[in-house]
Amino acid sequence: MKLSIENLNSFYGSVQVLRELTLHVNTGEVLCLLGRNGAGKTTILKSIMGLVEHNGSIMLGDCEISGLGAHEIPRKGIGYVPQGRRLFAELTVKENLQIGMLIKGEDSHSLDRIFKLFPVLKERLKQESGTLSGGEQQMLAMARALCLQPGVLLLDEPTEGLMPSMIASIRDVVLKLREQGVGILLVEQRIDAVLPVANRVAFIENGYVKAEMERDELANEPDLMRHYVGI
Amino acid sequence: MDFGPFLFLATLEGLVQAAVLCLIALGLSLVFGVMRVVNVAHGEFYMLGAVLAWWITGWFAGNPAIGFVAAIIIGPLLVGVIAYFVERLILRKVEYDPEATIVATIGILYIVQQLVLITFGPDARPVDTPFYFLIEFPWFGYSGYKLLVICAAIMLLLAVWYVITRTRLGLVMRATQYDRETAQNFGIAVNQVYAIVFATGAGLAAVAAVLIVPIQQAHYLMGRDPLLLSFIVVIIGGLGSIRGTLVAALIIGLSDGIISVFFSPTLAKMVSTLLVAMVLVFKPEGLFGSRSQL
Ligand SMILES: Nc1ncnc2c1ncn2[C@@H]1O[C@H](COP(=O)(O)OP(=O)(O)O)[C@@H](O)[C@H]1O
Ligand SMILES: [Mg+2]
Repeated sequence: MKLSIENLNSFYGSVQVLRELTLHVNTGEVLCLLGRNGAGKTTILKSIMGLVEHNGSIMLGDCEISGLGAHEIPRKGIGYVPQGRRLFAELTVKENLQIGMLIKGEDSHSLDRIFKLFPVLKERLKQESGTLSGGEQQMLAMARALCLQPGVLLLDEPTEGLMPSMIASIRDVVLKLREQGVGILLVEQRIDAVLPVANRVAFIENGYVKAEMERDELANEPDLMRHYVGI
Repeated sequence: MDFGPFLFLATLEGLVQAAVLCLIALGLSLVFGVMRVVNVAHGEFYMLGAVLAWWITGWFAGNPAIGFVAAIIIGPLLVGVIAYFVERLILRKVEYDPEATIVATIGILYIVQQLVLITFGPDARPVDTPFYFLIEFPWFGYSGYKLLVICAAIMLLLAVWYVITRTRLGLVMRATQYDRETAQNFGIAVNQVYAIVFATGAGLAAVAAVLIVPIQQAHYLMGRDPLLLSFIVVIIGGLGSIRGTLVAALIIGLSDGIISVFFSPTLAKMVSTLLVAMVLVFKPEGLFGSRSQL
């Protein structure tokens, strides 16, 4: 599914954080948002999910989701893996997945698909999710969002604080989803984390899109990378 | 009477208190746990349940059991519906802001109280016991109805426990309690959950009132003591902790009942208050209140 954001302005109270921001994620494409802490990346995702006051247009396929209630937006086919995972830490792995399946209904078929992507979760169903390791928690957060069978997936710094081996398996999952035609908006601070999976990259600063390009064009822009990502 | 049987009698009285208090405090605790709303008007929903029970039993002449059964079904339902609209029309409008909800529920307290005074008058109203039946112990006969109150409360508590821990609705409630924003990201209509929880909380208080009203009388000021006691219980148990609420209600209800029988109700209230003070000093999060747990 395609996600189109046009002229997005977002606010926390009277403070404007995003300004006239325009972004498109096509079907089966990974768009990476890069930018330093405080640039407004999380606010973009929260605006899409209806959690931040905003104006402008946010289209999912040909459905306008801007202005819908926050609980209606996931029903349109969008899954969200928030920064810091936001698992229901006191609930078990199974209960977290059940919450993911509230919209689509529980069926063993889609659970099987999820366990194929994240086999470790199958052994941990009864465990309280707050007691999982960081990498397992991230996998659960992704699995929970995939229970919605989303056409568009929003990932906010999924590799933050993870070991390299975990980062690699999360990357694999992103690639598989991309092949299945899911549109993915991936937020990261480190460019090396996204380079292998990105189709396009957008640099965010102070709530603007400062530059946007195909992944292959990045190699020609070492200054940009140094400037916006601090590498 | 010897000390042993006397203590047994006092314990039974305490258990009746504790059973009713469990229901009332559980309602308060659910509302606080899920919605983070301190419902100062909780005692008025209890009072409303009692007054409605008197009103409804008045429709049925003859066998008091029929009127009672009608009251215990219709009364809490009506109170739940009223609470539902209170939630929609008032709490939602102030966006559940902690300070605003306290002020708002104080207002609701007085409005409900005065409306009941205007409509039903200031008199204490008796409700007939649905059946009169003495259980004969070797030392004394004890009201079968009071034992029924204990059993009914236990069954209701088990039912609530089952809903919260084993059903989809319970899972949705817990998700909302732990992280309201993330719950919405999975399609949970948090506003609806709040309305259901608020109505259920008020309904629990009303059920407790219908159970107790054949023992005490219905009166427009009767909501005050249970409100105070259930706040004490919820603080001792740990805000938002259901297990803690039940344990604390048992402790406070039993000690209140037993001390009242042996010494005086005033001393019983002093002990409860002292307990709360000690909990607040030594374990401010309550006996079971780590984070926002069940
Ligand atoms: N809840 C909030 N209230 C007020 N300001 C916020 C809030 N969350 C984020 N901000 C501000 O919005 C800006 C963008 O934040 P954020 O979107 O979290 O950035 P990023 O995810 O790129 O690190 C920052 O200046 C931050 O201080
Ligand atoms: Mg962020």
